[in-house]
Amino acid sequence: MSAKSTSLSSPAQDAATMQDEVLAPSNLVAFAGRMWAVLFLIALIVFFSITAPGFFDLFNFQAVGANMAVLLVLGLGQTFVIISAGIDLSTGFVMGLSSVASAIVMQALTGYPLPVIILLGLMTTLFIGLAAGAVNGVLVAYMRVPPFIATLGTLSIAEGVAYVLSGGPPVSISTRGLGFFGNGFLAYFHPEAGVSFLAMPSGVTGTAVRDVLGFFPLQVVYIVILASFCGWLLGSTRFGRHVYAVGGNPKAASRAGIPLGWTLFKIYVLCAVSASLAGFLYVLRFNGGVANAGDALMLSSVAAIAIGGASMLGGQGRILGTVVGALVIAVIQNGLVILGIDPFWQYVAVGAVIIMAVLVDQAKGRFFP
Amino acid sequence: MTMLAPHSASGAASIPQAPHPEGLTPVLRCRKITKRFGGLVAVDQVDFDVYPGETVALLGDNGAGKSTLIQTVAGVHRPDGGTIELDGKEVDIPSPLQARDLGIETVFQDLALCDNLGAAENIFLGREVPGKAYGCLPGLNNARMRSEAKAVLSELHINIRNLEAPVRTLSGGQRQATAIARAVYWKAKLMIMDEPTAALGVPEQKKVLSLIETLKSRGVPVIIISHNMQDVFEVADRLFIMRRGRAVADLRAADTNANEVVRLMVG
Repeated sequence: MSAKSTSLSSPAQDAATMQDEVLAPSNLVAFAGRMWAVLFLIALIVFFSITAPGFFDLFNFQAVGANMAVLLVLGLGQTFVIISAGIDLSTGFVMGLSSVASAIVMQALTGYPLPVIILLGLMTTLFIGLAAGAVNGVLVAYMRVPPFIATLGTLSIAEGVAYVLSGGPPVSISTRGLGFFGNGFLAYFHPEAGVSFLAMPSGVTGTAVRDVLGFFPLQVVYIVILASFCGWLLGSTRFGRHVYAVGGNPKAASRAGIPLGWTLFKIYVLCAVSASLAGFLYVLRFNGGVANAGDALMLSSVAAIAIGGASMLGGQGRILGTVVGALVIAVIQNGLVILGIDPFWQYVAVGAVIIMAVLVDQAKGRFFP
Repeated sequence: MTMLAPHSASGAASIPQAPHPEGLTPVLRCRKITKRFGGLVAVDQVDFDVYPGETVALLGDNGAGKSTLIQTVAGVHRPDGGTIELDGKEVDIPSPLQARDLGIETVFQDLALCDNLGAAENIFLGREVPGKAYGCLPGLNNARMRSEAKAVLSELHINIRNLEAPVRTLSGGQRQATAIARAVYWKAKLMIMDEPTAALGVPEQKKVLSLIETLKSRGVPVIIISHNMQDVFEVADRLFIMRRGRAVADLRAADTNANEVVRLMVG
């Protein structure tokens, strides 16, 4: 008997089987079901460590972490939306638009001190995120437009505006030093010059730069901060609890006094802001913005969320799951590249994992609640 | 069956009326409640009182107006006429939220639980206890909410093994109990239950009925809307019967029987 039919539909059966059903599944199976994404990630790491020379390496792991930053940040906000039983299709192009807009502002400020450039770039980013989020939020939360349609509209608008602003080609930023914030490390080590923080050891120039080792990529530092923040917000606050309630049963949430519209509004603003921050990370990393920077990433970020155990029907999911899901995708990409397999196979592999995630989720429902 | 003079001239000229306790202020006093939907008069000048600690069953055939009457008290509908008093004070109940703030808790037929959340989370839904997260950040006091939920559930003799397990994994009776526990925890002044046993198996029905007895012993008045005559006679002190929008009888359960009630319901 499936968990679904434990509902009130079959009362007589309920009474009889309820006890068994709650007790039946072994804790081990339940644990494996809950943790399958982690187990799968470990299996992937073991597999590539054996088959792909150079995969099991601290510096490769750091690269995986830095490479997944943009994808993960796109997914962080989307996690809230998916738990609320919605979807935000616009994140990819909101990210692109924010990368283009902030790159334009930062390029226009060439000559100003670096902190000023970064600060104004960040403010532009946040402005784009807040604006796009407010539009999505009003449409979904207050005008009751289905999220799929509302965000499809904003997707197209953001795409159009991004291309209009950029004219098509990437907008690059010529200020030097910006690259450090996108590609730098928290700590550096050179066999002769020793350890330094947030900058190359002084006196290391020319070919000696090649011997410098970087530890803790800043991109990883950013995602640790952002993911921790989102994890706290979703897992430990009143707002987070309301996100689950709205996704689980909006009617019940509203009857319990949770402001439905306002909660949904905040969710969509949060999602768009996280998408715009992903755009800013992109700008820092590549010293420029591109309108379609996030085009392919939107679906990957949803894939990460699905792999992480969130239900597309809402009410279920965790930030940690999204982090694990993003890691699974990033590890697959990295491992296949090292193995020298045609990069297009990544899409096939990720697709297979998504389908697997859904099957595991359904099996979970069948075998234990 | 006692037939007394009605307390007021309501829609029906003279209805059989149970004696009401003297000197007690009714928790709920509805006077001449009228609700129309277009040309249809769903509730026609109905007087309806509920006294402290009593369980009143609201009976009637489909379309008799019992749900509409109760929904004016629960804040779902606003009456077109008449007044509602709570503890002797006239109140306006524009929304379900307002009703809840006034201490009127409704356990809806569809329970209004979030299936993906645990029993404790549901009991505190929308009224979470603030606390600390990771020692320093603002968060929720989950430990306190769990222990309070546990306390109220055990007070009501409800056994739910894991308060964190999503309530969709609970039985119908446990879910019903969770919804009732929520109302009890938040000190409902008046509890309304819409078909509380309709969707349950027999053992679960018994549990919910004994839960209603527990509520009664705690002095919480309960209005139950039910079709199940057996349930009604098991828990109700008083039966309030409606037919085509009007009150047709107000009887003490002890003074009547199922046959008479059915006869009054169908007219």
